[in-house]
Amino acid sequence: MNNRNVVIIGGGPCGIEAAKTLAKLGHTAFLIEKEPHLGGHLAKWDRLFPYGQKADEVLNKITSGLENVKWFVDTQVTSINRIDKSYNVILGNGMSILADAVLLTTGFSLFPAEKKEEYGYGIYDRVITNADLEHYFAEGNDHRIQYPKKIGFVHCVGSRDEKAGNRQCSKVCCATAVKQACEIKEKFPNSTVYCFYMDLRMFGRNYEDMYLEAQKKYGIIFVRGRVSEVSEKQDGTLLIKAEDTLSGKPLRVSLDLLVLMAGMVQNSDTAKFAQMLSLNIPEDGFFQSKNYFTAPGVSSKKGVFYAGACTGPKTLPEAIAEGKSVALTIDEYLL
Amino acid sequence: MIYEGKKRIWSDYQKEIPDDHWFFARSCIRQNFNPGAENTMLDIVRNKLGKDFYETKYHTTCGGIAYHSDVIPQETAMTIIARHFALMTEAGYKNMVVSCVTSFGLYSEILETWKEFPELKAKIQQNLWDACRKEFDTPEYLAHSSDIMYKYRYPMSEQAKYPLTNVHTGKPIRVVEHIGCHYAKMFPSKGVGGAEYPYVLSGLAEAFGGEIVDYPERRHCCGFGFRQYLVKANRGYSLSNTYKKFESMEPYKPDVIITNCPGCNYFLDRWQYVLSETNGKVYGENGYGIPVLSSEELAALVMGYDPWTIGLQMHQVAVEPLLDKMGIKYDPAKKYEGANGKQLPKPQAPTLLKCY
Repeated sequence: MNNRNVVIIGGGPCGIEAAKTLAKLGHTAFLIEKEPHLGGHLAKWDRLFPYGQKADEVLNKITSGLENVKWFVDTQVTSINRIDKSYNVILGNGMSILADAVLLTTGFSLFPAEKKEEYGYGIYDRVITNADLEHYFAEGNDHRIQYPKKIGFVHCVGSRDEKAGNRQCSKVCCATAVKQACEIKEKFPNSTVYCFYMDLRMFGRNYEDMYLEAQKKYGIIFVRGRVSEVSEKQDGTLLIKAEDTLSGKPLRVSLDLLVLMAGMVQNSDTAKFAQMLSLNIPEDGFFQSKNYFTAPGVSSKKGVFYAGACTGPKTLPEAIAEGKSVALTIDEYLL
Repeated sequence: MIYEGKKRIWSDYQKEIPDDHWFFARSCIRQNFNPGAENTMLDIVRNKLGKDFYETKYHTTCGGIAYHSDVIPQETAMTIIARHFALMTEAGYKNMVVSCVTSFGLYSEILETWKEFPELKAKIQQNLWDACRKEFDTPEYLAHSSDIMYKYRYPMSEQAKYPLTNVHTGKPIRVVEHIGCHYAKMFPSKGVGGAEYPYVLSGLAEAFGGEIVDYPERRHCCGFGFRQYLVKANRGYSLSNTYKKFESMEPYKPDVIITNCPGCNYFLDRWQYVLSETNGKVYGENGYGIPVLSSEELAALVMGYDPWTIGLQMHQVAVEPLLDKMGIKYDPAKKYEGANGKQLPKPQAPTLLKCY
């Protein structure tokens, strides 16, 4: 067995899975996470579509078996330099690792919903994001959610949006919105829940079932049309203007709570690592694999690899699978 | 409402407005609707603040109304505006301030179009040369007159004689600010505060001590909308937009509406009369309407200008309730006094909307 050092940058589910697999293959895996805990966005989520499984159960399962991985949290990568065939990775804690391969699993950032100014996030009290709602489901308190009777979800906030600078579909928001709509209806059974969508991209197994259940069992009202603007009324409720493109009419509805489905954008650190490693990043800001079909985890630089949502929006199972898969790619490279 | 959130957005949309030396371009409709507003602005900046504002009698309409009504093509509007740039260039100025929001939007649109399509600019240069043998530089800085009022809000407030305080209650005057669509909705970065939560008039009113009223239809069109009004058959649509705004702002009991657009000022003012005649409803207190002023007229009142000297009698809705709230001294007998002391005829009173 050929024991080599591999530095994995990003301790979300994908990075964890890759690190564990590399360790099992006999390599020394260094997993670096800038946040105080492992798990990435999964650690901030309550339940997962399509089956409603608790996120912490999944995370606990993923993070078990890390004994053979050298992992660091609250740790920044300060520089990466090429030395012969290796990379000298210097960490914020003063540690220096001579890595034979570097794997970027930096994931994504949630689109900053306040950039869609017309929706009023950060301006109007009762406008929240999908992440805020997950936090509420997990923790059970949020001063903005006080027995709402009418609730709206806006799909595609910062996704498929040329003006926001993001043409890509974020892939998970439709299913997340349907899941969250059903959950909040369960929490507040007397409420009326609207979903404002462009298309419903329920592409995965059982996703369509979830969508049908949302209509039949929960009575969620799906409106095909984008919200144009949000205003606050004198009593603090929200006035929503939207278009119902199926009936071809403008729509105005008052809501007690509006949830913005913030999409995936490139991780805020992508440009930093691209500069450190002299990697080109395309217009959409995500890392670009060498070949989409045959080398999805391989970068344009020898010894540098990608996995997970740093190359574009991914579902959680896809990100986990890519973490495992890229470990084999790296193992083959290190032979 | 989270005020800090608004301040964060405002900080993203700040313009570095030059302090002095401006070529001033008047508004064609404003000179007819509220002719005192532009003169007042020039008097404030020149005589109260000591700034250099130049204007020329050779300046014409920008063609904006004709352009937005599909009466003239874009290249015609471009050539008219290129001539304005030539007048600015000939006068030796680099900063241009336009009095009309539609002009501001159109000038901005043309400058941005020329950046994207330089061959079109070259064609317009040739058009202008063929038409009148003029050459032009584009302005280094383009501002709207409300930007100027915003820029000088603190020097003006230092000279305030009647701050925006209700002298009867001691509370701030409640101000609805209405921004013309062409100010920032086309190019948010060109408006102070952006397009969704513009700060240009809010900042002015706040500097004078007023309180801004945010109401659900704040962003909605005033009702002018060009073809909504200019095509006679569409005027009901124009009126219904204005109706929607007044119904939305009514519960907040504003004392005054300020605008930065000649069209908005006119329609929010005149349609109050039409709404009172058609719907039998008046939106201000005690049977009066809600006064509608331009940013310059508001600044002038605060600085102690006589309301009749600055032409407030040209407004449909009586401004006296606002003057009384601000504690402004005025002579009712002089409201309809002409420039030479001749008494002008008093307008006929509406059926319902009370006037002085």
